[in-house]
Amino acid sequence: MSNATSAPSNSVALPDGWEMVVGLEVHVELDTKTKLFSASPNRFGDDPNTNIDPVTLGLPGALPVLNRRAVELAIRLGLALNCTVQASTFHRKNYFYPDLPKAYQISQYDQPINVNGYLMLPGDVKIGIERAHLEEDTGKSTHFGGSSGRIHGSDYSLVDFNRAGVPLVEIVSKPDIRNSDQARQYVAELRSILLAVGASDAKMEEGSMRVDVNVSVRRTGEPFGTRCEIKNVNSIRAVGKAIDYEARRQIDVLESGGVIRQETRHWDDAEGRTHTLRTKEDADDYRYFLEPDLVLLDPDTEWVDAIRASLPMLPAERRARLSTITGANKESEAVYVIVERGQDDYIATVADAGGDASRALVYVTQAFAEEGSTPRVPAADLARLTILERDAKVTATQAKTILSELVANGGGDAAKIAAEKGFEALDTSAVEQMVDDAIAAQPDAWAKYCAGEEKALGAIVGAVMKASKGKADGKVVTAILLSRKG
Amino acid sequence: MAFQTAVDIAKQVASGSLSATTVLEEHLSRITEREGEVHAFNLVTTESARATAQAIDESVAKGRPVGPLAGVPIALKDNMCTRGVPTTCSSKILEGWKPPYDATVVTRLAAAGAVFVGKTNLDEFAMGSSTENSAFGPTRNPLDTSRVPGGSSGGSAAAVAAGFSAASLGSDTGGSIRQPAALCGLVGVKPTYGVVSRQGLVAFASSLDQIGPFTHTVADAALLMEVIAGHDENDSTSLPQPAPSLTAVLDRGVKGMRIGRITDLPEGCEPEVLTRLDEAFETLRRAGATIVDITLPSLSYGLTAYYLVAPAEASSNLARYDGVRYGLRVDAPDLNAMYAATRSQGFGPEVKRRIMLGTYALSAGYFDAYYGKALKVRRLLADDFSRAYSSCDVILTPTSPTVAFKLGEKTNDPLTMYLCDVFTIPTNLVGHAAMSVPFGKGAHDLPVGVQVLAPALGEEQMFMVAAELERGR
Repeated sequence: MSNATSAPSNSVALPDGWEMVVGLEVHVELDTKTKLFSASPNRFGDDPNTNIDPVTLGLPGALPVLNRRAVELAIRLGLALNCTVQASTFHRKNYFYPDLPKAYQISQYDQPINVNGYLMLPGDVKIGIERAHLEEDTGKSTHFGGSSGRIHGSDYSLVDFNRAGVPLVEIVSKPDIRNSDQARQYVAELRSILLAVGASDAKMEEGSMRVDVNVSVRRTGEPFGTRCEIKNVNSIRAVGKAIDYEARRQIDVLESGGVIRQETRHWDDAEGRTHTLRTKEDADDYRYFLEPDLVLLDPDTEWVDAIRASLPMLPAERRARLSTITGANKESEAVYVIVERGQDDYIATVADAGGDASRALVYVTQAFAEEGSTPRVPAADLARLTILERDAKVTATQAKTILSELVANGGGDAAKIAAEKGFEALDTSAVEQMVDDAIAAQPDAWAKYCAGEEKALGAIVGAVMKASKGKADGKVVTAILLSRKG
Repeated sequence: MAFQTAVDIAKQVASGSLSATTVLEEHLSRITEREGEVHAFNLVTTESARATAQAIDESVAKGRPVGPLAGVPIALKDNMCTRGVPTTCSSKILEGWKPPYDATVVTRLAAAGAVFVGKTNLDEFAMGSSTENSAFGPTRNPLDTSRVPGGSSGGSAAAVAAGFSAASLGSDTGGSIRQPAALCGLVGVKPTYGVVSRQGLVAFASSLDQIGPFTHTVADAALLMEVIAGHDENDSTSLPQPAPSLTAVLDRGVKGMRIGRITDLPEGCEPEVLTRLDEAFETLRRAGATIVDITLPSLSYGLTAYYLVAPAEASSNLARYDGVRYGLRVDAPDLNAMYAATRSQGFGPEVKRRIMLGTYALSAGYFDAYYGKALKVRRLLADDFSRAYSSCDVILTPTSPTVAFKLGEKTNDPLTMYLCDVFTIPTNLVGHAAMSVPFGKGAHDLPVGVQVLAPALGEEQMFMVAAELERGR
C-alpha cells in the first residue's frame, strides 16, 4: 500500500505550542552490475565473500577506479530530484572497523555530485534536498554469542565483504519535514522516484534503502533545537513511529526541565522506543581529507544533458496525467496505487481505445493488484467492458463478473461474455412494468418515500431486483422511480 | 667497477651473442659473493629467475621476438606487488602475505623480457633516508659498507651498485630513488606524477609516490622508462598518454637550453657537493647551454609541508594493517586490544612516529593549522616553480647535501635525517620530474649526484641534460 497519499493522518499530535523538525538521510544502493571502484559483482544474497577482489578487500597496492555507470545512476537520481549536478571530489572518511577493509570509506564530502534539489509531497509541500552524494558501502558484520548482538561482548564475529564497495547514494533532506506523515510520504515518494529512474531496487527489507532520521523539537517560532539521529529504522511504518516517539520523548525531557544532548539513538521496533547508541563525545574524528587515489569528477554538459533527456516521466507527473485522464484526485489512494504499480500507461491506453477511464481506474485498482505494468487483459478488451457498463448494457455487478472472466482468461470479448451469461440488459419498458408492480404491491413504502424517507425506497428497489433476477440496472430503476415520484 | 649496462645486455641477448642464463649466473654469483655484507635483498628469487632466463634463451634460439629488456636482470623494491611472491615493505606487519597480483610495472617489465632476481630491502614502508628502518636489518652501501646506501630504496640502489642486478626499480615519495642513487653513484629517476602506474605499489603517500628506475647509465634509465611508463587504466591518477620516447633524445645535446641555477639554495651542503654542482653548470655551459639565475623562495618550506602531507596520507594508507584480513595478527581479548597489539608489534618506530604525526595533522581542530597549511605551501611551491620555468627549461641542484654517511650516524635524530631530502622533496610536492646523475666524487672519495629538475612531463629535456652531464663528467 502506498504511504504517500493524503489518506488519514497517522501522526500523533504534539502538545500545543510544540513543533518537530525532521530531516532524513537515506542511503540507497545503486543498481549497477559491478562495485563503485572495482569489477566485482554488485549482487545481493550470494554466498559470503564471493564477490570480492583486491580493491574490495583493500589489499596493499590496490587502487580504486570509478564506475561510470554508478556516476550515471547518481546523476539520473540527482536530476529526478531537481538537483544541480556539479563537479565533485571524493574524500576519505577514516575509522577502524573490521567490515571497513581499508579503514577508510571513500565518500563525497564538501563537493558532492548533486546539490540543492527538492521533492514534492501531497498538498504541494516542498521538501528541500541538501545533497545526494556518492559513496561506497561497507561489508557486513555478524556477531555471535553475547547478548547485545554487537561486537563488544560477542564470542566471535564474521565479516562478509560482498557488500563492501557497493555504490551508494546518500540523499540528505533539508530539515523541512514537520510531522511523521510527511516523513513517510517523503520516503515513499523517494522510493517511487528511485524505481522510476532505475537507480535502485530500493528494498528496505534487504537494506538496499536505509533511512536515518534526524529529529529535534522546538516551541513554535523558536530556533531549531538540538537534534538526535535515529538509526535502525527499517520500514516506512517504523519511520513514522520512531519520529513520533522521539519527538514526544524530547518534549517530555524539555518540559521536565532537562536538556537534549546531541546523540545517535537506536530504534527498537519491538519495544517501540529509541535508546542512546552513542553521544557526540564518543563520536569518531573521521579525519576527512581529499582521496589522493582519485581525480576530480567533472561530468561534461553533453553527458548530463543526454541523461536528462533519457529520464522517464516521474511519478508526480504520471499521477497528474492519470488524474487528468480519469478525473480522480491526484492525491487519491487509487492514483498513487496505480502509478506505483506502473499501470497508468495501461489506463491511458484504455482511454485511447475509447474506454471510460474513470471506470477503468476502479477495475484496475481492484482486480489487477497481481498484474504488473502490462496486465494480461488487452486494453481494448477492458475498454469494451467499460463502454458496456457506461451505456447501461450491463449492471455494475454484472460488469464485475465479466471482469473476473477477463482476468481469468487474460482477455476476451465483454459483450460476448455478457450474452453467454444472459446479462443482456432488460428492455426499459419491462423494467418500468416491474417498477409499477412493485409500487402497487407496497403502497406504504411508496408513501413514505414520497414523504421524504429515502431509505423506504430500498424495499421497492429490492422487489424490482428480485423480479428481474438481478438483471435490472440499479441506476435505471432509480431513474424510473424518480420519474414516478414526479 | 664497470658492470654491463642494460642496453648492452638486451642487445646481445636478443642477437643471440650472449645468453640470458649466462648473464643471470654472473649476477647470481656476485650475489653469492657479497649479499652477506650488503644485504640488498629481502628475497632472492633464484629459481624463477633461472626459469625466466632459460625461457628467453629458448625464444631467442627459436627466432621468436623478445622484448627490449630481454635477459636484463632487474631487482624490485619490496613494496611492489609480485603475484605469489612475498611482498613485505620490510615490515613485520605484512608477515606471510603474498599478493594475488602483479603491480603494473612488474607486468610491463616481464613482458619486456626482464629477469627478476629478487625483492630489495627498504626503510619500512619507504619511510626513511638510509634503509636503516627495515624490520629485517639495514642495507649497506657496496662502495663502503660502513656507510648507508641512502633510502628508502637503499636495497634497490645497492643491488645495482654491487652488480647484483643490471637495473632496479625503486619508489620515490620525497627522494627515495634520487638520494640513494646519488649515494651509490647511480642514475635514479623520479618521473612526473602519473607517468608510471602506481597500481600494485604499496602506498606510502599516494599523492607523492612514483616508481622509477636505478641504472648505471642515463641510456639504461631511458630504456627502462620507455618500458614502465605510459597510461594504465587501473590507476585513476595515471596520465592519459603513452610513454615518452627518451632513448631517441639522448644525443641531442643542450645547445640553446636554459639551465636554472637557484641563487637562494638552502644551506647545509658539503663544500665538495657545491663544487661538483658548479662544475656541472660549467659542463652544460660549455656544451652550449645558458645558465639562468632563479629564485624559489618557498623551497625551504617544502620539507615542513612534506612532513605533514606525507604522514597524513600514510596514517590513512597504513590504517588497513589492522590484523583482520592478512599479515600479522596479535590476538587480544577484544577488538581494540587486538588492533593495538597488532599495530604496536607490527610497525617499527619510524612508521609509528609518522602515523602519529599524520593522524594529528588531520585531526579536527588541527586540520587547518597543519594539513591545510601544508596544502597551501604545495600551491605556493607550484607557483614558484612555474615562475622559475618561465625563464629556464630545467633546474640543477645537488641531489643530497652530503655523500653517503655512516650507519647509525643520524638514527638518533630524525630531524637531521629528514634534512637529507631537502632538495628532493619539493619535486614530489608539485608532481614534477627529477633525476639524479652521478657527477664526480666528494668527501672520502664517495660519489656525488647532481639533480636535474624538470616541469611536469619535462622528461625529454631532463634526459637531454642528464645525458650531457654524463658525457661531460
